[in-house]
Amino acid sequence: MGGKDFGPVNRRDHVRSEWDNRVDAVLKLMLDGRRFRVDELRRAIESLPEHDYMSFSYYQKWLAAIRVLIVEKGMLTEDEIAERLAQLREGATG
Amino acid sequence: MSDSFKIGQRVLVKEGDPPGHIRTPYYLRGKPGVVETVHGAFRNPEELAYGKEGLPKKPLYLVRFLQKDVWPDYQGAPTDTVSADIYEHWLDADQ
Repeated sequence: MGGKDFGPVNRRDHVRSEWDNRVDAVLKLMLDGRRFRVDELRRAIESLPEHDYMSFSYYQKWLAAIRVLIVEKGMLTEDEIAERLAQLREGATG
Repeated sequence: MSDSFKIGQRVLVKEGDPPGHIRTPYYLRGKPGVVETVHGAFRNPEELAYGKEGLPKKPLYLVRFLQKDVWPDYQGAPTDTVSADIYEHWLDADQ
């Protein structure tokens, strides 16, 4: 999306939510554990579908990119992620 | 391959919009600038982004641009500048 006109920069400060902090922690674990490099994260963010890129918050983009890389690197499969999400939706905590 | 650039040397950022992960800001492509700092050599992020090793390392420079050269409708002072880190393979010598 480089070169598109996004207008002026939003200079307002952003308050980090607990969810933001968790995403930050997940990324730190991935990078410290050498699961992937920050360059790969940036590439995955840039490769998000345009609608997601334009509507996601800063940390939502991080998490979506981390998910792409977790599958790409074979740490989890899409099926395993979907299964766990279904469990969580049913209220399971295990 | 271009020769290594020195501090104060005039350079021109390459044009183009190749696919992949490119660190060279889009708004600086094709713009003239001056080498401000020679950072040294670093693994190539264009390859690191795809899980490769990014070797051999590529020289990285801090390049300074005049804002009026970057933005055609720039309203600020004609001496205003913007600086960015640019890899050598994205630079040509200017004259």
